[in-house]
Amino acid sequence: MKKELIELKVNGRMRELAVAPSKVLLEVLREDLQLTGSKRGCDDSSCGACTVLVDGTPMLSCTLLAASCQEQEITTVEGISEHGSLAAIQKAYGDRGGAQCGYCTPGFIITVKHLLSVNPNPSDEEIREALSGNLCRCTGYSQMYEAIKAAIEAEQRGLAAL
Amino acid sequence: MAEFTIIGKPIAMVDAAGKTTGAGKYTDDLSLPGMLIGKILHSPCPHARIKRIDTRRAKALDGVVAVVTGADAPKTYGILPVGHDETALAVDKVRYVGDNVACVTAVDEATAENALELIDVEYEVLPAYFDPEESMKAETDLIHEGKPHNIEKDYHHVFGDPEKAFREADYVAEGRFIANEVTHAAMEPHSTLASFELDPHTGNLGRLTVWSSTQVPYYLQHKLSLVLEMPMSQIRVIKPLVGGGFGGKSEVIPLEIIAAVAARAARAPVKVTYTREEVFWAHRGRPRTIVDLKTAVKNDGRITAVKARVVQDGGAYCSYGVVTILYSGALLGALYDIPNIQYDGYRVLTNKPACGAMRGHGTVNVRFAFESQLDEISAKLGIDPAEIRRRNLLKPPCITINGLRVQSYGLPESIEQVVERSGWKQRKGKLSKGRGLGLGCSHYVSGAANSIIRSDMPHSTVNIKIDRDGGVVVYTGASEIGQGSDTMTAQIAAEVLGCSLARVKVVAADTDLTPIDIGSYSSRVTFMAGNATLRAAEQVREQIASAAARKMNCAIEDLVFGDDKVARQGLAGGSGTGEAPVPTQPGATASGRVEGQILRGSLQQKRTEEGPKDRMSFEEAVVAAIDFHGALTGTGSYAPPAEARGGKHKGAGVGPSPAYSYSAQVAEVSVDEDTGEVTVHKVWAAHDCGRALNPVAVEGQIIGSVWMGLGQALQEEMVWKDGMLMNPGLLEYRSPSAVESPKIEPIIIESIDPEGPFGAKECSEGSLAATIPAIANAIYDAVGIRLHESPFTPERVLAALRAKKNAKAINMTQGVDPLAPTRFREHGGSLCFRGKGPERHRLDPARRETAGEAGGDD
Repeated sequence: MKKELIELKVNGRMRELAVAPSKVLLEVLREDLQLTGSKRGCDDSSCGACTVLVDGTPMLSCTLLAASCQEQEITTVEGISEHGSLAAIQKAYGDRGGAQCGYCTPGFIITVKHLLSVNPNPSDEEIREALSGNLCRCTGYSQMYEAIKAAIEAEQRGLAAL
Repeated sequence: MAEFTIIGKPIAMVDAAGKTTGAGKYTDDLSLPGMLIGKILHSPCPHARIKRIDTRRAKALDGVVAVVTGADAPKTYGILPVGHDETALAVDKVRYVGDNVACVTAVDEATAENALELIDVEYEVLPAYFDPEESMKAETDLIHEGKPHNIEKDYHHVFGDPEKAFREADYVAEGRFIANEVTHAAMEPHSTLASFELDPHTGNLGRLTVWSSTQVPYYLQHKLSLVLEMPMSQIRVIKPLVGGGFGGKSEVIPLEIIAAVAARAARAPVKVTYTREEVFWAHRGRPRTIVDLKTAVKNDGRITAVKARVVQDGGAYCSYGVVTILYSGALLGALYDIPNIQYDGYRVLTNKPACGAMRGHGTVNVRFAFESQLDEISAKLGIDPAEIRRRNLLKPPCITINGLRVQSYGLPESIEQVVERSGWKQRKGKLSKGRGLGLGCSHYVSGAANSIIRSDMPHSTVNIKIDRDGGVVVYTGASEIGQGSDTMTAQIAAEVLGCSLARVKVVAADTDLTPIDIGSYSSRVTFMAGNATLRAAEQVREQIASAAARKMNCAIEDLVFGDDKVARQGLAGGSGTGEAPVPTQPGATASGRVEGQILRGSLQQKRTEEGPKDRMSFEEAVVAAIDFHGALTGTGSYAPPAEARGGKHKGAGVGPSPAYSYSAQVAEVSVDEDTGEVTVHKVWAAHDCGRALNPVAVEGQIIGSVWMGLGQALQEEMVWKDGMLMNPGLLEYRSPSAVESPKIEPIIIESIDPEGPFGAKECSEGSLAATIPAIANAIYDAVGIRLHESPFTPERVLAALRAKKNAKAINMTQGVDPLAPTRFREHGGSLCFRGKGPERHRLDPARRETAGEAGGDD
C-alpha cells in the first residue's frame, strides 16, 4: 500500500511521518517513532497494554488507524513523567508493587492518569470499573489499588504544599 | 533476632522506573539495523504427514529474504534430556493444529504474512487423538515412534503398605476429579531476536547473539547449540525485561530456535514475535488432568493412605511432561503426614499443543482433588476442616515416606492465621443462604534439588566485583521475570556488605557476562541464587574486613558492616545523625571521586598520618581492600545438599527440594442458585515463605498466585474442538479483570528456614494450589454441592445443583453447538474457519463427507 504523509502530535511534539493508511497507531509509535513504551499484548483490543491518550481520552492504539489521529494530542506513557521525574502514579506503582513484570503497566498508567484527571477522588468501585479494560496477569490488581490511593494522597499533599 | 537494614523492608523493585515510564526494553522493543521480520507458517492439521513443501513462490515475492523449513535444522531437541522429540520446524510430521511448518523472513511483517500464503504444503492427514484416555488405547498412527499407546511416560510408586491401610481404614473416600487445561497467558507474547556476527578469521558466520523472552537463558543457549550444531561458547543469550513467565518461558519455545535458524539462512538479524493466538498454540501450560483419588482415614481423622491414579493430557510433545507427572505424585507427600502412598501416573500424548510447566508445576490439580476429598472426609466424620488438617501435620524435622526432607514447616501457623482472620469459628456454616467459607492448603518446592541436566555443577553461581568507585556489581544468571529476582539479589548483596542499595548494580541473565544459573523456574531463585549471592558477598566482605582490620588496627571479628560504613564493634550503633562525620579526604564525595584525583601514594600517606580509625566509609574500606588484595571480587555458588536430594527409587529425583513453602487459605464465596454464578468475596491467604526479604514483593507474589488460582477455579479453560483451540484470545480465555477479582488478604508467615538465605524460601507458586480447593469447599459450604471438575462455571454449578435436587439437568445449549464460532476470526495469517468449527484440510476425510451437503467450505 502506498504511504501517505501524515502529521502526528505525540507527547507535545509534532512529527511528520510517511505511513501506510492501514497502519495502526501502535505500530507507528513503536516502529516509526521508537516509542516502545506502549505494548502489544493481544492484537484485538482485549488487553489494554497499548492504551494511549488521544485528546485526553484513553484509546487502544492497536485498533486505531494512525492516519485518523492527525490534529489530535496523543500522549503515551513516555509523556507521563513530569519534568523528567516520575509522576506520583509512577512512583506509587513502583513503591506499592503495582508493577511486577511491567508489561501491562504502561497501559494501566495511562488509564489511571485519565481516571484521576476526570475523577480525582474515585471510590474503590470506580477504580475497579476504570481498570477493567486493562488486563494484568501478575498482580491480581490488589497492589495497584494501593498504588492508586498512595498516588492520590501524594498528589493532594503536593497540592497542599502549593 | 538479628537486625537487618535492607532485607525485610518493603522497597520498590530496582527496575520499577523502567517499567512505569516505558523506558524498559522487552525483546519486542529491540531492533537492529537491517533487521528482518520472521513469520511462521503453522499446521492446519492436528496430525498429518508432510508429503511436500514448496517454498519457491514465497521466496520469489518481493521483500522476502529467506524461507526456512524443517530441513534447515532437522536436529531434535527438547527441554528434558529424556524428551528430545521436537524439531524447530516440522521435519516429516505435524502433530497439532499450530505446529510449526516454515518460517518466512522479509523486510516487514506484511510482506512476510503475504509470503506465508504462497507456501504450498501437501499433507497426508492421519487419524488424530484428542482425548488422553482414548489416546492410551491407540495401536496405530502413533504420535511419536517409540511411544506405544501414546504414553509419554508412566510411573508407579508404592510407599508403605497402602493396601493394608485401605483394608484397615474406618472410612475410605473415593472420587474422580478433573481439572481442565489452563495456560499462562503472560502479557508479553514470546519474542526472539537473533543476530550473527561475521567471524574476522574465517569471513563466514561466526558468533550468534540471541535476545529472547526466556526464563532460562542457559537452557536456550544449550538447545541452540544442539540444534544449530554450534559450540555453546559461540552463542550468547541475553534476556531483556520479560513480561511475565509463569513457566511458559521456562523452556525453549519453537520461535526461539526458529529465529536463529532463519537469521542463519537470511544472513541478517531476524526478529520473530508471536501473535496472541500463536502464544496460545505455543502453550506449554497446565495439562487437563484426570485424578482418581482414594483416601483412607481412621475415625479420628488421621489419614492412613492415599491412592492416586493421574492421567495428564500432555499434548503433542514431551516438554516438561515427565517432570510434571512426577511432581503430581511426589508432592502428595510433604504437606501432611501420610504413611502409605500409592501413585500411578500417566503422561499421555495427544494431538494438541504441548503442555509443560505452569506455576505450581504438576501439584495444582492433584492438590485440588486431595483438599476437596479431605473436606468431604471431614464432613463425613464430623470433624472441622481445620481440625482434620491439624491432626495430620508433619512433625519436622523429618523425612516423608517418599523421601522429601522437611526442615521448616509453617503450615500449622498458616492454618491458625487464616482461621483467626476469616472468623472461621464464628462464621463457618452460619453465613446467610448461598454464602460459605472453605479451607484449602498447599505447598511447593523452593527449587528442585536435582537439575534436569544431570551434572555436579552448582545450580547457581554469582560473581561480585567492587571497584575503586565503591560501586558493587553483582553478576547473576538468575532471570528477572517480574518476580523481583534482581531486587532480591541487590538486597542480599547490600545487606551482607553493609552498603546502601543504591551502590549495587545487578547485571543479570547474559550468558557472556553472568555465570551459569539454571534460571527462573520451580521457585528456585531466592533460595538458590540468593544463597549464591550471599556467599559471594560474604567472600568479598571478608576481603574488605581483612584490609579494614589492618587499617583500624583491630581484629576482623571486631568489625561491623552497616550503614555504608565499616566500624569497630560498639561504635556502629551510635553512628546516627549528629555524630562526627566519618573522616574523609577534603573534596571527597559519596561517590569516592577523590580517588581519581589524588595519587595513591599521597593518599596512603595522609591516611598513615591520621593513624588508626574507629570507622571507615564503605569507599575507604573498598580502596583499602583493593590496595591490599590487588582486586576485589568474590564468587559464591549453591548446590542443594545431598540430604535434600531425595530417595533412590525410579523418579525420585523430582519432588525433593532443599525447603518447602506452605500455604493455607480460606475463601468466602456466594453462589447464585438461579444462575449458577459463583462470586468470590475474599480470600485470606497465609503463606510460609521462610523469611520475607521484601514484604511488598512477597505479598505481590502471594496475591498473584491466589488470583491465578482463582482464574483456574472459576473461569479460565482452554476449550478444544477436534484439536482446534476455540478460545485463543485474551477475552475469550477470560482471564479475570479488575471487576471480577476479589479482595485477597496476604498473610506472611516466617518459619526461618535453616538453609535459606536469611531463612527465606519460595513465595511465588505455592499459594496457587490452595485457592482452587478453598473455593470448591466454600461452594460446598454455601450450597451443599461438590464440584469435581474445574473451572466451576455456571453450567457446572447449575448441573450439580439440579443433580442434588434430583432434578433433570437442563441442556442450556440445546440445539446449539456451544463451541461453534459465530464469526470469522483470523490471527497470524494461517488459520481460518467459519460456521461450525474449524476449516478442515481438503484431504481430511471428515470434510469430504460433508462437502456435498455444506456446499464446500472453500
